[in-house]
Amino acid sequence: MSDTSDAQDTAVRLTDIGKRFPGVIANDQVNVTVRHGTVHALVGENGAGKSTLMKILYGVQKPDSGTIEVDGRQVSFSSPADAIAAGIGMVFQHFMLADNLTVLENVVLGAEKLYGSGDRARRRIHELATSYGFDLDPDRLVEDLGVGDRQRVEILKVLYRGARTIILDEPTAVLVPQEVDELFENLRGLKAEGLTVLFISHKLDEVLAVADDVTVIRRGRTVTTVDPKQTTARQLAELMVGSELPSPSTETSTVTDVVALSVRDLSMFDPQGGRDLLTDVSFDIRRGEVVGVAGVEGNGQAELVEAIMGMRKVQGTIALGDEDVANWSTARRRESGIGYIPEDRHRHGLLLDAPLWENRMLGHQTREPNRKGPFIDRGGARADTERIVEAYDVRTPSIDTTARALSGGNQQKLIVGREMSSEPLLLIASHPTRGVDVGAQAAIWDHIKTARREGLAVLLISADLDELIGLSDTIHVMLRGRLVGTVDPQTVTPEQLGSAMTGAEVPA
Amino acid sequence: MRFDVRRAALTLAAPLLAIIFAVLVTSLVLAVAGDPVGEVWSTIFSKPKPRNIVNIINSGSVLYLSALAVAVGFRMNLFNIGVDGQYRLAAFVAAYVAGEAWLPGKLNVVFSIVVAIAVGAIWAGIAGLLRVTRGVSEVISTIMLNSIATYLVAYLLRQVSAKGTNNIHTNDIPVSSQLAGFKIVPDAPIAVYTLSLLAVVAAVFYWLLLNRTVFGFNLRATGQSESAAVASGVNVKKMIIVSMLISGGIAGLIGMPLLFGDSYNYGLTFQTGLGFAGIAVALLGRNNPIGIAFAALLFAFLNEQSNALQLTAGVSNDIVNIMQGVIVLSVVVAYEVVRRYNNAAEQRRVAAQLESTRQPEEVAA
Repeated sequence: MSDTSDAQDTAVRLTDIGKRFPGVIANDQVNVTVRHGTVHALVGENGAGKSTLMKILYGVQKPDSGTIEVDGRQVSFSSPADAIAAGIGMVFQHFMLADNLTVLENVVLGAEKLYGSGDRARRRIHELATSYGFDLDPDRLVEDLGVGDRQRVEILKVLYRGARTIILDEPTAVLVPQEVDELFENLRGLKAEGLTVLFISHKLDEVLAVADDVTVIRRGRTVTTVDPKQTTARQLAELMVGSELPSPSTETSTVTDVVALSVRDLSMFDPQGGRDLLTDVSFDIRRGEVVGVAGVEGNGQAELVEAIMGMRKVQGTIALGDEDVANWSTARRRESGIGYIPEDRHRHGLLLDAPLWENRMLGHQTREPNRKGPFIDRGGARADTERIVEAYDVRTPSIDTTARALSGGNQQKLIVGREMSSEPLLLIASHPTRGVDVGAQAAIWDHIKTARREGLAVLLISADLDELIGLSDTIHVMLRGRLVGTVDPQTVTPEQLGSAMTGAEVPA
Repeated sequence: MRFDVRRAALTLAAPLLAIIFAVLVTSLVLAVAGDPVGEVWSTIFSKPKPRNIVNIINSGSVLYLSALAVAVGFRMNLFNIGVDGQYRLAAFVAAYVAGEAWLPGKLNVVFSIVVAIAVGAIWAGIAGLLRVTRGVSEVISTIMLNSIATYLVAYLLRQVSAKGTNNIHTNDIPVSSQLAGFKIVPDAPIAVYTLSLLAVVAAVFYWLLLNRTVFGFNLRATGQSESAAVASGVNVKKMIIVSMLISGGIAGLIGMPLLFGDSYNYGLTFQTGLGFAGIAVALLGRNNPIGIAFAALLFAFLNEQSNALQLTAGVSNDIVNIMQGVIVLSVVVAYEVVRRYNNAAEQRRVAAQLESTRQPEEVAA
C-alpha cells in the first residue's frame, strides 16, 4: 500500500501512544490504524487501557507521547470540543440524557448554534434518522424510551454534531441480545454511509459479528490487529489474556436431593407505593446445585438477594435447611451459613479505607477466626487473610494494604475467598465476575465450581448470560418481580434466554 | 505490623502546617487591626509559669474528655453536637447528689461519677432514640437538647438552692469527698485535679473499645460505610443508640475534675462551652486518642497563655479563638489533602510492586 492511498484510506491513526498515570502505565506504544468506512473493534481485559486510549482520542486526556492523525493530518486535542471539530464523537457507556426532555431537545441541547432549535433542527434530525435507519420519534420524551432507543439518541447526538468517526464505549453492556442486533444493524447503516465506528468491547462474539478489524490490547500495549473472519472468539480471548483460558461450563451434575434453601411466596412492597418489587417468588436450591436467575437489571433480582440476606423486609418464608430464617437478623443468617458476594462490592462488600485483614473480618466479625469473646482476634484474622491471599491469588503487597489500592479483580477474589472461608451452606453470588478481568473471572468460576462439587448451594444472579448458562444447573427467569419461567441451561441459547428476559414466551 | 514512616510523617505534617498557617492568618489579622504582632506572639509563646502549667494540664484533661465524647460519635459518622448540654446536665445532677452526701467520703465521689455517666448517656440517648425511631438528625436534636439542658439546669438550680440568697448553687460537697489533687508541678501554688486521671482511664477505654473489640469494629465499619456494615450483619439502629449512650456517658465525665477538684458545687459560674471546644479538639486530633491528647494540650496552652494578652499587648485574648478556628478549618482541609495523597501513593506503590513481580511472568507468556 503506497503512502498516498494509505492516507486516504485511513480515518484515524494512533502511533506509539503512551500515557502514564503515576506508577501505572495505562498505554505504552499503542498503534491503531482505523480504515475509513469500517467498524473497528478494540478489545482487551478490564484495565488493559482501552478506555484511556479512547479518552485520548476524544481529547479528554492528553497523551504523554505519540501522535494522532485524523484523515491524514496530525492533530492535537486539548478538549473534546477539539475532537468534535475534527469530526470525532464519543458515546459513553453511561448515557448522558435529560429524561424530561424530548429526543429533539436532547439532541439539540448544547448544539443550538448548528441548526437552531426549531424547524431547521427538526429537518436535520429527520434527515439523519432516515439516512442511517434510526427509527426515532423526535417528540417523544426520553424517559419513555427503552435502553436501545436511548442509545440511538446518544448516537444521533454525536452525528448531529458532525462526527464522521464515532467511538462507542462498551455499547452492548446495557443491551439484551435483541437490542444488540438492532444496534449492529444501525452500525452497518453508518458504515454504509461512509462513517467510521470505533467499538470498544470485551464481548468477543459480538465483536466478531460486527467488526471489520479487531485490535487487541493487553496491559497497555497493542498485541495485534486481526481479521475477524479468520479468528475465533477463543483465539481472541487468548490474545487478550495472553494464555489459554477456561470456559464457565460445568461438568457433570452434582445436584443432590437435600434442599439447602427453600423460598416460598416471597413478596415485597415498594415503600414509595409503586409496583410490587417482588411477587410470590418461590424456588428451592439443593445442595450441590447452582440456581441462576436471569433478568434485565431492575426486575427484582437485587431485592430478592437483599430479602434472603435479611437486609430488607419481606413477606413469605425463607428456610435455610430445616429452619425458617425469615425473622432472623442478617448477622444470624450469615452465622448459620449464608455467604454473600454482593453486586456492588464497593457499597456492600468492602471497607475501602480499611486494610485487607479488616476487610476479611467484614461479615464474619462474629465468628472464628476473627473473634475471641468480645474482642477481635487480630492474630487469627491476619493469619487467615494471609491464607486467603495465597489460596485465592489476591495480588497485593501485603495484608495491611487498603482495599482501595487493589484492582477490582483482586478485591473480588478477596471477597470470594472470605465468603468461602467459613464453609457456607449457601452462597449468594450477585454478578460475581462483574468488572473483573478474564483471569480473575476464570478463577472465580473455578472456585464456585469446586464449592458446588463439595455440596454448596449457589444462587447466581448475573447479567452475563454465558456465565449464567455455563454455571447454572437451573435458570429461573425473572420479570417485574416474578419468576416467569424456568429454562434448562443445557439446551437454552443466550438469544432464547434474552427474549425470555424481555417477556417473550419462555422456551420449553 | 509494618510501620510506614512516610505516611506517619505526612500525617504529622498536616496539623503542623495548619498551626503555621493559623499563626500567619492571625498575624495578618493583628497587623490589619494595628495591634503589636510581635508582642502577642512573645506573650503566647513565652515559657509558662508553674501555675500556668498546672492550669494547662487541668483544662487539657477536661478538653480531652470532651473531645473523646465527640470522637466516639465521629467514628460512626454521628455528630453529637450535644456534648455541651450533656456534660452540664450531668455535672449539675452529680453535684446535687454529691452535695446531698448520701454516701460517705470517696464512695460519694464514685457514686456521683456513676450518676454523671448515666445522666450524660440518657441525655444523649434521647437523640439516638429520635434518630432511629423517627429519623431525626442527631445534629438538630442534640442542638435542641443543649438548649433544653440550659433551661432545665437553670430551673432545677433554683429549686435546689438555698432560698433568699442570690448565691445560687448546689450544696457544697462535704470536705471528706473533696479531692486535693496532685502537687506534681514543683513551685506551683495549685494542684492538678485528681480526676484528671479520668482522662487517662477514658483514653484506654476508648482505644480498647474501638480498636480491639467486635463492637468497635462494627462501629468503625458503620462509620466507613453504612451499606457495607448492614450487608455484613451490623444492626445499625442498635449501633446508633449504643454509641450515643457511650458518647454521652463520656460527656458526663467532663465536669467531674472541676466539680471535685475546684468548684465543689454546681453554680452559675460553672464552666460552660467545653462541649463545643471538644468538637474542635476532636477534629484536630483526628479522633485518635493520642492525637486528641496533643490537640487538647495545644488548645489549653493557647487559652492559658492568652490570658495575659490584655496586660502585655493590649489585645483581647479572643484573638486566640480566631487562631483556634483557623487551625481547625485548615487542618480539616490538610487532612483531606493528605488522605487523598496517601490513597494515590498507595495505589501507585501497589501497582509498582505488582508490576515488578509480574514482569518475568509476562516474558514467559
